[in-house]
Amino acid sequence: MIEVRGLSKTFGATKAVDNLTFNVKPGMVTGFLGPNGAGKSTTMRMILGLDRPTAGTALIDGKPYGDLVQPLRTVGALLDAKWVHPNRSARAHLQWMAASNSLPKSRVDEVLHLVGLTEVAGKKAGGFSLGMSQRLGLAATLLGDPKVLLFDEPVNGLDPEGIVWIRKFMQRLAAEGRTVLVSSHLLSEMALTAEHLVVIGRGRLIADTTVSEFVSKSSESTVRVRSPQLDALRSALTSNGLTVREDGSDGQQALVVVDSSTDVVGGIAGSQGIVLHELASQRGSLEDAFMKLTGDDVQYHAEGVEDVMRGAL
Amino acid sequence: MAVLNAERIKITSTRSPWWCTVIIIVLGLGLAAVIGLSAKASINSFNNQIADGKQPDFDPFLPQMSDAVGGVSGFGVLVLMILAALAVTSEYRFGVIRTTFQAIPNRASVLIAKAGLIGAFGAVLTFVLTFGAYAIAKATAGDEAGAALTLSGDDAWRSIYGVPIYAFLCVVLAVGVGTLLRQSAGAIALLLLWPLLIESLFNLFGSFGEKIMPFLPFLNANNFLGAPQGVEFHWGPWGSLVYFAVFVFVIFGAGLVVVNKRDA
Repeated sequence: MIEVRGLSKTFGATKAVDNLTFNVKPGMVTGFLGPNGAGKSTTMRMILGLDRPTAGTALIDGKPYGDLVQPLRTVGALLDAKWVHPNRSARAHLQWMAASNSLPKSRVDEVLHLVGLTEVAGKKAGGFSLGMSQRLGLAATLLGDPKVLLFDEPVNGLDPEGIVWIRKFMQRLAAEGRTVLVSSHLLSEMALTAEHLVVIGRGRLIADTTVSEFVSKSSESTVRVRSPQLDALRSALTSNGLTVREDGSDGQQALVVVDSSTDVVGGIAGSQGIVLHELASQRGSLEDAFMKLTGDDVQYHAEGVEDVMRGAL
Repeated sequence: MAVLNAERIKITSTRSPWWCTVIIIVLGLGLAAVIGLSAKASINSFNNQIADGKQPDFDPFLPQMSDAVGGVSGFGVLVLMILAALAVTSEYRFGVIRTTFQAIPNRASVLIAKAGLIGAFGAVLTFVLTFGAYAIAKATAGDEAGAALTLSGDDAWRSIYGVPIYAFLCVVLAVGVGTLLRQSAGAIALLLLWPLLIESLFNLFGSFGEKIMPFLPFLNANNFLGAPQGVEFHWGPWGSLVYFAVFVFVIFGAGLVVVNKRDA
């Protein structure tokens, strides 16, 4: 269980994290979602006691991180897979971490085996690919068999195989009853990995809800319908209080009914005896939904892109 | 204990500390041989001139104990300081410091473990090397040129047992400076330039420099080691040691305060 209460962090004039309050519950993967620069990493660093909060607290099982005795036995965190000495072997890296929390030496080989790095354990970590570094980082988080796990953008830059592997790994950890917090800037990735979502933008809390609720609430659902009796259908729909848009995008005359379902639209058409050639529900993409929600909260808008397209360069 | 164990594994699991140790041994013993041989050459030519019936226009070089161990207390300790500073700054460079503070939230204990461990290692190493340097210098200089190289008298002994004390304090200083600056180039430059250049610059400042020099930390450290400084100190060798130690622990203490205040 992670409890974040009124957490704030100010760098100079910038409010990186602004009065954040949320809980992360055990037994499921919680996605920590926000655009780049939203304050996800800073929040995680404060939870781990690495950054000092300007205000507020972050508690792990009721204690600040700094009060944990042998913290690796309670919390495993992978914030950056490259935080290893490049000239130190993977095994030595895990060995010093294990020693620092009085974990048995045998645990090092266990976690190396768990992430499939046994064969390269004696190699320098500096020569590892991103995927291997990520596995080493994962091994480090598992050293103390912790109840609470934090991952910062764990799938960034990984190939599809690595992404699936990490996703399954996190879901398995959550299924074992652990608390798992995973940050990402990709809603589509979180929709596949997480059950619960904490969404932030510009350091502020935007949503704290389940993934399915967040997706259905934030993405517009529409119904596309085609008929040889288009005019009759249009008047039938509008007289039932529905909003209708014309859509001829693929060369075929069609109507798009906003915020409705195929059940409703099909029912209205049937009651009027209107023939339908197509009846399909459409859902806005997760990216659209995410952008709609956090659009005002993205710190670094790519406004220049449009200028470039207009030929500014 | 766990912290010490973790730091021990860290220090022994990369190559650079081993290379630094090799360099310290080679410099410490090599310079002793060079000093011994040049002392012998100097006294030989002095004696030859006298045998030729000429009055030599130079005094023969008769190395003192502090000269014989100069390779250890001078260059060796400088390399030791580089090793100690790197133990901190390389962690900052590669982000390992965050992994460290994640594993051990008590940041002060990490720095104390680093300083204690490298300091103790440096003390033992330099203690052995000073004896080695003394033996090599005496052997290469021969009986006549090495006449002053005897383990008798307070000053000679202090030149031997003072080096490990000095080495330990220098390691503590280097860990403190490394923590304050967080980057290798800056920390190493400061640690090398300070004793080698900055303190000797005060020679150029005339009477103002003369007033300041008895208060410069490394000149005090050398005073403790029995090396002639040409400076009027306000206290004896032991006073100088206390002065240097206070200076070291002020810097190290500042490192402890800062590392706890700032974001890792």
